[in-house]
Amino acid sequence: MSALVAQRAGVFATTPRAAATVALPDARPSGVRLGLGRPVPFAAAVGVTLLLVLWTAGSAIGFIDPRVLSAPWTVVTTGAELVADGRLGEHLTVSLTRAALGLVTGTAAGVVLALVAGLSRVGDAVLDGPIQVKRAIPSLALLPLLILWFGIGEEMKVITIALGVFVPVYLHTHNGLRAIDSRYVELAETVRLSRWQFVARVVLPGALPGFLLGLRFAVTGSMLALVVVEQVNATAGIGYMMELARTYGQTEIILVGLVVYGVLGYSADLAVRLLQRRTLAWRRTLEG
Amino acid sequence: MAAHAGGLTATDAPARGAVVVRDLVRAYGERTVLDHLDLGLAPGEFVAILGRSGSGKSTLLRALAGLDHDVDGSGEVVVPDQVSVVFQDSRLLPWARVLDNVVLGLDGPQADARAAGRAALVEVGLAGRERAWPNELSGGEQQRVSLARSLVRSPRLLLADEPFGALDALTRTRMHALLRDLLTRHGPTVLMVTHDVDEAIVLADRVVVLDAGRIALERRIDLAEPRDGSDPSFARIRSELLDALGVDRKDTTA
Repeated sequence: MSALVAQRAGVFATTPRAAATVALPDARPSGVRLGLGRPVPFAAAVGVTLLLVLWTAGSAIGFIDPRVLSAPWTVVTTGAELVADGRLGEHLTVSLTRAALGLVTGTAAGVVLALVAGLSRVGDAVLDGPIQVKRAIPSLALLPLLILWFGIGEEMKVITIALGVFVPVYLHTHNGLRAIDSRYVELAETVRLSRWQFVARVVLPGALPGFLLGLRFAVTGSMLALVVVEQVNATAGIGYMMELARTYGQTEIILVGLVVYGVLGYSADLAVRLLQRRTLAWRRTLEG
Repeated sequence: MAAHAGGLTATDAPARGAVVVRDLVRAYGERTVLDHLDLGLAPGEFVAILGRSGSGKSTLLRALAGLDHDVDGSGEVVVPDQVSVVFQDSRLLPWARVLDNVVLGLDGPQADARAAGRAALVEVGLAGRERAWPNELSGGEQQRVSLARSLVRSPRLLLADEPFGALDALTRTRMHALLRDLLTRHGPTVLMVTHDVDEAIVLADRVVVLDAGRIALERRIDLAEPRDGSDPSFARIRSELLDALGVDRKDTTA
């Protein structure tokens, strides 16, 4: 789209300059423009800013009842207080630890399973079926069973997050792996790579784009699972802080929790995208 | 599964670098692609295989490269233990930098391998491009990297499957010169599959025309270097080969 716009701009770039010297009217052939036109500056921030402005204005003129939705400045001061007395940091540490543990174990499991299923017919026959069945069952539906098996402690929470994480990692890594061009397998045979060299030099880098896509889904999935497990019998964590606030009707603390979840999810996704750009530099030259 | 390159060692070969193909049969289902083919290559000899599509020339090359695991067949293939393959597409790993592609799978200390890889890149005229991504190179440059990757392994036998088929005519001519130069220095036995009659005459010591999995014509090329397409004897060989290929020459300027 933007390429089309740029191309049009490029094609006509000489016309106005010529018009300036020779003083001709800018007579281009008229045509219907079906493209989207010039990009909006700061497009990503526009909608969010508009919402913030509406929220602030609504709170300031009393249109929004603070019992329903606290004013933005209340959320900011509450957030500052929670940071100052160390409560937010404490809950955040607990939440982050859970999410990170779940993400790491889930990702590792997803990659290992994808490699086993992707590189051997037997592995595929044994593993792929059960994983597809698991995929059909929402992770959170397993929660009652997981609580019975692992109790209501940290173990259950991390396992629930890992279960939500491994499926997209497995799926996309497996898919990326199987999509590796068979010509590269031939090449590997002619230069006599060992199986391990083949995995390290061809399979893993070839499956990396798929893996990173899976990782992005996994990060979002880990946040979702985190929210749910933190509201089940937790005694610490952002979710617990919000649950507690609900019982006292403190919407401003709930909002602080939401903001923290939002920032966490967004920065985790940003981190993965950055990783994508760094590790897929060879592909970026194609994408420009 | 047929007796295979991988199952034999160089000691079975009559001489190092020699290739022996005896009574080779390869078939895809009902269709016989190679029909009791016999072919021998002397060490250091350059043989070009010509043939229409479906004549079995690529199947022969794949049999020599040991890339036909799932193809039915029988017969004997003896190749040297150090074989390199150059494909029609340069087949560089897009996620590996040029030098990493050249040294892919090289044994021994990495420092030595990389030094050899750099030297090979110098030989093909790509010094300074070690850290480039394959996608940043032109088609001709990519194929030169692929040549460097093949030569850095010091092959006794170089198998080339229409290596310059995807290049434009100018680049192709330059690649011919480069290839001849490299071969003089490294001296491997070469089997090259091509559909370009002139290319075969310019490069090869001997041209073999395949038809329906059998040898239709073998022609030794004993023209003086540099071989020139306007030379009458060059033209005579070209006509002979085109006839063997069943090409009606009124329609072609090849």
